[in-house]
Amino acid sequence: MKRPNLCHQNISRRTFVTGAAAGAALAGISGGAGARERQSVLNGEAVHTLRGNRFDLNIGYTPVNFTGRDRTAVTVNGGLPGPILRWKEGETVTLNVANHLAHDSSIHWHGIILPSDMDGVPGLSFAGIQPGGSYRYQFELNQSGTYWYHSHSDFQEQQGLYGAIVIDPAEPDPVAYDRDYVVLLSDWSDESPHDIYANLKAEGHFYNRRRRTAGDLWDEIRAKGVAQTWRDRKMWNEMRMSDRDISDVTGYTYTFLMNGQTPDANWTALFQRGEKVRLRFINASAMSIFDLRIPGLKMTVVASDGQNIEPVSVDEFRIGVAETYDVIVEPDGDSAYTLFAQTIDRSGFARGTLTPDPALQAAVPAMDYAPVLTHRDMGMGHGAHGDGGSHKMDGMDSAGSTDGRKDHSRHAGHNMEPMGGMDETDHSQHSGMTDSALHNRASEQYSLHGGRPGLGGMQGVWFTDALGRAGHGSNSSIVHLPSEFGYGVDMRSSMPGDGLHDPGIGLRDHANRYGRRVLTYADIRNLTPTRDQREPSRELQLHLTGNMERYMWSMDGIKFDDAQPLMLKFGERIRITLVNDTMMTHPIHLHGMWSELETGDGDFIPRKHTVIVQPGSKISYLVTADAYGRWAYHCHLLYHMPGMFREVRVV
Amino acid sequence: MKALIHWQMVLLGTALQAQAAVAQQATVSGHHHHGQAGTAATYAPPASPNLRHAADAPDHVMDHQVLFSKVTIDQLERRQHNSGALEGSAWFGGDRDRVWLKTEVEQEEGETEKAELQALYSRAISPYWNLQAGVRHDFERESDSRNWGIIALNGLAPYFFEVDSSLFVGENGDSALRVEAEYELLLTQRWILTPEMEVNFYGQNHRNSTTGSGLSDLEAGLRLRYEFTPKFAPYLGVHYEKKFGNAADFAREEGDSPSETTWVIGLRTWF
Ligand SMILES: [Cu+2]
Repeated sequence: MKRPNLCHQNISRRTFVTGAAAGAALAGISGGAGARERQSVLNGEAVHTLRGNRFDLNIGYTPVNFTGRDRTAVTVNGGLPGPILRWKEGETVTLNVANHLAHDSSIHWHGIILPSDMDGVPGLSFAGIQPGGSYRYQFELNQSGTYWYHSHSDFQEQQGLYGAIVIDPAEPDPVAYDRDYVVLLSDWSDESPHDIYANLKAEGHFYNRRRRTAGDLWDEIRAKGVAQTWRDRKMWNEMRMSDRDISDVTGYTYTFLMNGQTPDANWTALFQRGEKVRLRFINASAMSIFDLRIPGLKMTVVASDGQNIEPVSVDEFRIGVAETYDVIVEPDGDSAYTLFAQTIDRSGFARGTLTPDPALQAAVPAMDYAPVLTHRDMGMGHGAHGDGGSHKMDGMDSAGSTDGRKDHSRHAGHNMEPMGGMDETDHSQHSGMTDSALHNRASEQYSLHGGRPGLGGMQGVWFTDALGRAGHGSNSSIVHLPSEFGYGVDMRSSMPGDGLHDPGIGLRDHANRYGRRVLTYADIRNLTPTRDQREPSRELQLHLTGNMERYMWSMDGIKFDDAQPLMLKFGERIRITLVNDTMMTHPIHLHGMWSELETGDGDFIPRKHTVIVQPGSKISYLVTADAYGRWAYHCHLLYHMPGMFREVRVV
Repeated sequence: MKALIHWQMVLLGTALQAQAAVAQQATVSGHHHHGQAGTAATYAPPASPNLRHAADAPDHVMDHQVLFSKVTIDQLERRQHNSGALEGSAWFGGDRDRVWLKTEVEQEEGETEKAELQALYSRAISPYWNLQAGVRHDFERESDSRNWGIIALNGLAPYFFEVDSSLFVGENGDSALRVEAEYELLLTQRWILTPEMEVNFYGQNHRNSTTGSGLSDLEAGLRLRYEFTPKFAPYLGVHYEKKFGNAADFAREEGDSPSETTWVIGLRTWF
C-alpha cells in the first residue's frame, strides 16, 4: 500500500498564511469556547489549517500517488485537500489567489454569501484567473459554520482543487463541544477528468460495473416466476433504461478519500474520554454521494450547510455532493470507531478512525446492499404501470393523471412569448411552440411572466396563483414544457414523489432492516426563526432533465449553452420547485443566496446552499433575491454541470 | 478540430451577448410590485446590498470540451478458410450533429470480396434515434465501383436492440435496403454474448457483387467477448451467411456455396 505523496516542501513559506496560523499545521484543532488547541491527528500528512484574515493561496500542480501510480493533482498550497481556512464571523477576509497552472483557474467559496464579483465563477462573476495571474478576493463574513471552496474552472475540482472553510461564530457557539475535526470526503481518479467525460459521452454506462446480467434475470425468475419478471422488466426494456444506473462515475475508477487519505491510509483522529467531538462533514467530491455512519455511535446533527439546526439524533445520513453536515458524537472512552462513508451505489467507500488510542482501530463494516431503482424513482407514482418509452409516456400523462399534457396547454405557452430584445432565432430550438392554438390559449389565460414583464423570458414555468404557504411547499401542477420533448430528454416524471420525507434510494429500508435512523430533509428545522417571513410572490417550476444514453444533462430540456438567464427582481421572495425528471440524484446549488428548504414548518425554515433532488421527485425552497448580480445555479455533479446549469440574474 | 471548437465558442459567445441584451432590457422595464397583499413583511431586504458585481465577464463558464469523437471497431476478425472481416464506425461532433463514417470489409481466401465506406451527416431526432444522410462507395473487385446515396435511421430500439437501417439509392436507379440489429446479453459484467443480424434487399440483380433482387442475403453472428476493459474485448464466435434467390444462383455459378457457417476469432475495441 502506498501512501499519498504530497509535496509540501516545494511551496515556500511565504505561501502560507501571514499571521498566527503558520505553525498550526494540523487538521485537528479543537474549537469551541475554552477548548484547548493541540495536535490530535495521527497521520503525518494531515491537512494544514490557516487562520487569520489575510491568506495567500497558490494554485499549482502537485505530484500524488493514491493507487501506486504517480499522478499530478491540481492543488491549493500543495495540499490535497487544500488548507482548512479558519475564519471568524464579522471579519473581512482577503485572499490573494495566484494561479501557477498552464490554464485558467478560479476559486469559488461555496456557501458563502458575498458580492457576486467575489464568487469566483469565470464568465459570470469575473474573468477567471489567467496562468501566472492572480485575483484578490475580499469580502465580509456575515455567517458562521462549515463550508468549503473549490475551483469553478474546467474540471479542476476533480483533480484536487478543493478545501474546507470553518467560520467561527462571533457570538458564543450554541453547539457545545470539546474537540473539532473537519472530515472532508472526495473522489480521486487516476484518469484525467477529460477522459472520464469523453468516456461518458461515448458510453453513458462506462463506469457502471453493476449492470444487469443473465444471472440476475435467472435469480429474479426463480424468485418471482417468469410472468412477474417479464412484467417488471417490461417497462425498463421498453424505455431502454437500467434500474442499476445509480452513479455515473464509480469505484471502478475512483479511490474515495477522507481528508485526502485512502481507506487503507485510514485517516485517524484522537479524542479523550468524556469528550464531545464535533465532526464537520464536507462532501467535496466531483461525482460521489455518500451515506455516512459511525457504527456504534449515535450522531447528533447540529448543522446543515453551515447553518445551525435543531439537533437531530440519527444513525446514518446521506450527504450529497457539496453539502456539509456537522454532527456531535460522544464516543465511549475505551473504543475506537470507524467513520464509514459508502457511496450511494456501494461501489466503494471512504473511511477513517476516531479513537482514544493510536494503537486502536475498529472493524470496517461491509458495505450495505446496492440499491436498484423502482417505478417510484421514475416519478410514476405507485399505481402507474410502466408502458414507458418517451412517446408512450405522453399518452400516460394524459390518461393517468391530471397533469402532463393537459397542463401543458394551460401554462406552457406563456414562456414562449417573444421578449423584447430577444433574438427571434432563439425560438427555433423550442420546437413545441409551433402549436399556435395552444400558444394563444395559454397567453389568454395567464398573465405573462407572472405579472412581471421583463422578468420572464424563456425560463421555466412561473406560477403566481394558488401558491402554497411559505414553508409548506408547492401546490402547483406539474408542467412539462415543449422543450422537454426533444432528443435530449429520455424521461419525464408524471407524478413526482415527495423529496422531503424520503431518505433516498438505498436508505429507505434501513430503519427496518438494520434499525438505523436515517436523516431526511423533513427532519431539519432551523435553530433560529425564519428571517424573511413573507409569502412567495411567484413560483418557478424547473425540471432537471437528461438523457442517459447520450449523456446529456439539462434543465427543462435546455442545455446551459442554449438557455436564457433566470431573471429575479431584487428583493423579491420566490419559490423554486425542482422536479427531477431523471433517474439520478442531483445536488442542486444556487450561488449567492440561500435556498430555504420548505420542510413543512414556515417558522423555522432551514437554509441550505445545496439541495438533493431525489430521482422522480420534487422539492421546493424559497429564495430571497437579496444579492444583485449574475449567479450560477447548477447541479454539483461535475459532469452534469456543463448542461445542467442556469445563470440566475438578480436585477 | 480546434477550428470547430473555436466556432462553437464564438457561437456560444454570441448567445451570451444576446442574453446580456435581454437582461438589459429587463433592467429597464422590469419594475413592478412584489409581495402579495396581506403578507407579513417582517423582513426587509437590505437597502444597499451587494451592489458590486462584475460587468459582463468573458463568455465562458466552464472550458468544457464541446466536441467528441468515438472510433468503434465492432468486428476485426479472422474467419475459417483463410477469410476475415472488418466492421466499424466513427463519429465526430456534438450532442445533436455529428459526422459518421461506417465501413464493412470482407476478405475471402485472401482476396477482398467486398469493401464499402459510408460518410454520413447524423442528427439526433429523438432520445434514442439519429437520422443520417450521406453517400456510400463500394470498392468492387472488377473495377466497376458503385456509389449510393443513403438515408439511415440509427439508434436504440426498445428492449435494447441496437438498430441501423439504411436505404440506398444508386446512380442508375439502383436501390437497396439494409437492416442491422444487435443485442448485448451480459452473462457477467465482463463476459458478453452478442447475437446480431444483417439483412440486405436489392431492387435489382448485380452479378458482379453477387446480389439479387428482393431478399438477397442474410448474415447472422453470435460472438462471446471478454471485456478486459470496455475498450478492449477479444471474442470468439460463429458467423453464418446465406444468399437467397438470384444472389444464390450467382454464387453457385461462381462455384461458391450459397450458405456458409464459419468460426471466428476477433477483437472489439473503441477509442
Ligand atoms: Cu446532476
